[in-house]
Parts: sequence; structure tokens; C-alpha cells
Amino acid sequence: MQPKIVFSNVTRRFDLAGNEFVALDRFSLDVADGEFVTVVGPSGCGKSTALNIAAGLLAPSEGEVLIDGKGVDGPGPERGMIFQQYALFPWLTVRQNVEFGLRIKGEPAARRRETAEHFIDLVGLGHFADALPKMLSGGMKQRCAIARAYAVNPSVLLMDEPFGALDALTRVQLQDQLLETWSRERRTVMFITHDVDEAVYLANRVVVMAARPGRLQEIIEVNLPYPRTEQIRLSPEFTAIRNRVWHAVYHQH
Amino acid sequence: MSAPSNGSGSRNAGRPAADFGGIALNLAGIVVGVALWWVLTAGGAVGLPPPPDVARKFVELVGNGQLATDIMSSLARVLAGFLLGVTLAVPVGFVMGWYKVARSLIEPYLQFFRMIPPLAIIPLAIVTMGIDETPKIFVIFLASFLAAVVATYQGVISVDRTLINAARVLGAGDLVIFLRVVVPASVPFILVGVRIGLGSAWATLVAAELIAAQTGLGFRMQQAQLYYDLPTIFVSLITIGTLGLAMDRVLLAVERRLTDWQERV
Ligand SMILES: Nc1ncnc2c1ncn2[C@@H]1O[C@H](COP(=O)(O)OP(=O)(O)OP(=O)(O)O)[C@@H](O)[C@H]1O
Ligand SMILES: [Mg+2]
Repeated sequence: MQPKIVFSNVTRRFDLAGNEFVALDRFSLDVADGEFVTVVGPSGCGKSTALNIAAGLLAPSEGEVLIDGKGVDGPGPERGMIFQQYALFPWLTVRQNVEFGLRIKGEPAARRRETAEHFIDLVGLGHFADALPKMLSGGMKQRCAIARAYAVNPSVLLMDEPFGALDALTRVQLQDQLLETWSRERRTVMFITHDVDEAVYLANRVVVMAARPGRLQEIIEVNLPYPRTEQIRLSPEFTAIRNRVWHAVYHQH
Repeated sequence: MSAPSNGSGSRNAGRPAADFGGIALNLAGIVVGVALWWVLTAGGAVGLPPPPDVARKFVELVGNGQLATDIMSSLARVLAGFLLGVTLAVPVGFVMGWYKVARSLIEPYLQFFRMIPPLAIIPLAIVTMGIDETPKIFVIFLASFLAAVVATYQGVISVDRTLINAARVLGAGDLVIFLRVVVPASVPFILVGVRIGLGSAWATLVAAELIAAQTGLGFRMQQAQLYYDLPTIFVSLITIGTLGLAMDRVLLAVERRLTDWQERV
């Protein structure tokens, strides 16, 4: 089967005070349809750069990203993105935020409302549909952002440290909720995180990157069954994989 | 996002009781001030008119319709100039914020004219536009335009990049991003600019009337000065302050309504 996302020798250079700076160096990766891939690596190793190129927000200097075999040229509705800073439109209610992409698609009001309702309920924000973002906690804002991304029905979800700003407990709850949503509405997910535990807990495969220049270091399979549970998190198998990832991230040369 | 927040704390307290307390204190402050004024002027020592004289003059000027006429002509000027200024400032500000080329072309002129006090334009305006309403309205227009245009384009260039990216990945093109993201995100900045513009328009107007007018609150003061008519000067000053305050409060209320979505710290 053809991979859902293909990074093919993607290189991105930035002009840094007159010098060329290689943020991402010949990065190649295949992500299968419906797969959950997490990406970890030291700060500045090009994780966001890779994700932004896949999203079409940034152009590669060389190489290309293919989605379903087609080259990426700008953002597209088949790729949803979730940002660390939530990026909700503060002047719109939860419902209006979730409907934003549907409105652009030109869906009729009734359908829009129905779809929005479905995803707002799915992330557990039913009682807050008409609240403005300023009334929501960080975790609720991120749930709203997830509903907004899901609503336009993307086949790929790109998430850039979505839970990075949340406390440990909320983070674990949202991880479980994300996995549950993912098991019900299967999408291909590429998820960046700083947190090795999170990376292992969520993923089919963990992609470890290295810095200077930003590049692929190692891909580690996570052979643990879904649904992932507290028990799995505490199992020796989990710890073993976690240690491998940890080693790959922190003992780079 | 980094939008200006208006400093008033009463909103955050959110309890009506706190607001009533604040208003009561405001009123108390006014009463004490007037009492002080009365005490100081009662003996004629300070050489200023005491409150009753000013009140009598106020009743007289209201009775013969002169105050109403002055207010109307001053307000007409300020509103005409202000509305023209703001109406032009908002689109120009958007164009400057959105297109770098336009910004680079227009910015030097803005910075230059901002350094010239609007009143300094009056001699030029009178020579080229005559002595009727046009030069006064033009000067007010200029004052409010300059204040509002800078605020608007600051608002546009400080729209959070992440919000624009979020809209793009949801399928928004340039036009949708402009209308649905840039415009609403800039509203708080624009409204601050509009308020500054109105303040600057009002200040400029009164000064302009002192120099060149046959009606209006500024003109009335200038006349009163010739006849050493201090009560009339006081009535005019109080009217100018009160009207300015009232207009500012109206705009503040509008601003509050339109930017209710902002997180206020
Ligand atoms: N617009 C830009 N201009 C110049 N350099 C940039 C730009 N964007 C990213 N870089 C550089 O590219 C490198 C990779 O950045 P990137 O944001 O992809 O890192 P990251 O892995 O996401 O890091 P973090 O974990 O801290 O988010 C960094 O060194 C950064 O300074
Ligand atoms: Mg990053």
C-alpha cells in the first residue's frame, strides 16, 4: 500500500545573518495510512520545520513531501494542524471556531452545525459550545483546537507539541482522549513532542531526530497493543522502549 | 495575542457593587472640588468667578440659545473632520499593514506629518482653503487621521502569525484571512486609535476656533477674553471638558462591547 505521507530527502536552509543554516538535512520518512507517528529530538533539530513543510506552511529548499503520492504545494484541507499555542480565534465561540473550516468549505449552515456539534461532543466540550476561548482552560482550548481540526475531516493530522503547555494530569487525560478519538475516527497522525513518555505512549513508531544539522537519527517501533492503558504505561516492555528512545535522544553524537 | 488592553479595573472586578462604589467616589470627588473652588473664590481673593456666577452665566447662555449654537457648530466641525479622518485612516492603515510596499511608500509622510502640530497647518490651510469651515475641518481631519492610521496599521502588523497559519491550514485564502482574521484581530487596535483620534480632534478643534472662527466654543472664549468675561470662559471650558469626556466614554463603551472577547489580565 502506498504510504500516506512521504518525506523524500527534504532539506530546508535558512538565511541566518548572511550565513546558510541547515535546519533540516535530507530528511526522509514514510508514514503509513492510519499510523500514529511521534517525533522527538533536542530543541532546534528541525521538528517544527519538517511538520510545517508537510503542512504546506513552509517550502522545502530541496526534496519534497508527498501526501497520497501528490506533492505538497501550500496548505490543504486534507491536512489538519494543531499548534502548541492553541491558535483559537479569540473573537469566536467554541462552536464558531469549530465551524470556521466548514464555513470556508461552503457547507450549509445546518450541516455545519451538526458536524460541529459532533466533534464538540467528541472532545467533551458540549457545555461550552457557546463560550469564548477566554473562558476556557488550556486543556479545554486544546480540545477545541482538536475538534476544529477534525471537523474539516482531514486524513492527516499534524500536531506540534499540542500538549506542551499543559500540566501533567491534563496532558495524560488528553493523550487518552486523543487515542480514543484516533481509534474511532482513524487518521494518520504525526505528533511532535518533547516528552519521551508521551512519544512512546501514543505511537506506532517514534521518530528520533538529531540536531546540527536537523536530521533523522533513528526510528523506534513501539510494539505495544492499543488501547494503551495505565497498565501498559507501567509495564516493563514500555519502560524498555522508553529507555531506548531516551538513549537515542540524549546520547547523540 | 498582544492587543492593547484598556487599563480600567472596574470591568475585571465584574461586580456591580464595585462599580457603584467607584461612581460614588467619583461624585464625592467632584463635590469636594466644587466646594474647594467655592471656598477659594468666595472672598474674591483669587480673582476667579465663584460657582454661582458661572452657574448664572450658564443659565443665561442656555436661555438665549447661544451655548446650544456654539456647541452645535463645534460638534459639527469635530464630527465632520473626525469621521472623514477615521474613515480614510482605517483602509489606509489596512493597506499599509498588509502590503509592505505601501507601508514603505506611505510611512515617511506619516512620520513627517505626525511631527507637525496640526495647528501649525492652519495658516497654510486658511491661505489655500479660505476662511470658511473647510480649513478647520481639514485640520481636524488631519489630526484624527494621523492618530488612527498609525494604530490601525500597528494592529494589522501585530496580528498573531499562528492565527493566520491556523486559518490557512483550515483552507482560508488571502481574502478570507483578511476579512475573518486580520480585521477582527485588529479591531482593538483600531478602536484605541479612534479614541486617540477623537481626543486629538477635539483638542485641535478648540484651538483652531480660538484662532479662526466666528462661532463655536473656542470662538466664544476668545470673545469673552476681550470683554474680561470670566464666567463665560468658565462655562465654555466646562462644556468643552464635559463634551470631550462624554464622547470618550461613548467610544469606550463601544470598544468594550466590540472587544469583549479579549483576555484581560
Ligand atoms: N524562520 C526561520 N528563520 C531562521 N531560522 C529558522 C527559522 N525557523 C526555524 N529556524 C531554525 O531552524 C532550526 C530548527 O527549528 P525548528 O523550529 O524546526 O526546531 P524544533 O525541532 O521544532 O525545536 P523546538 O523543539 O525547540 O520547537 C532552529 O535552529 C531554528 O533556529
Ligand atoms: Mg518546534
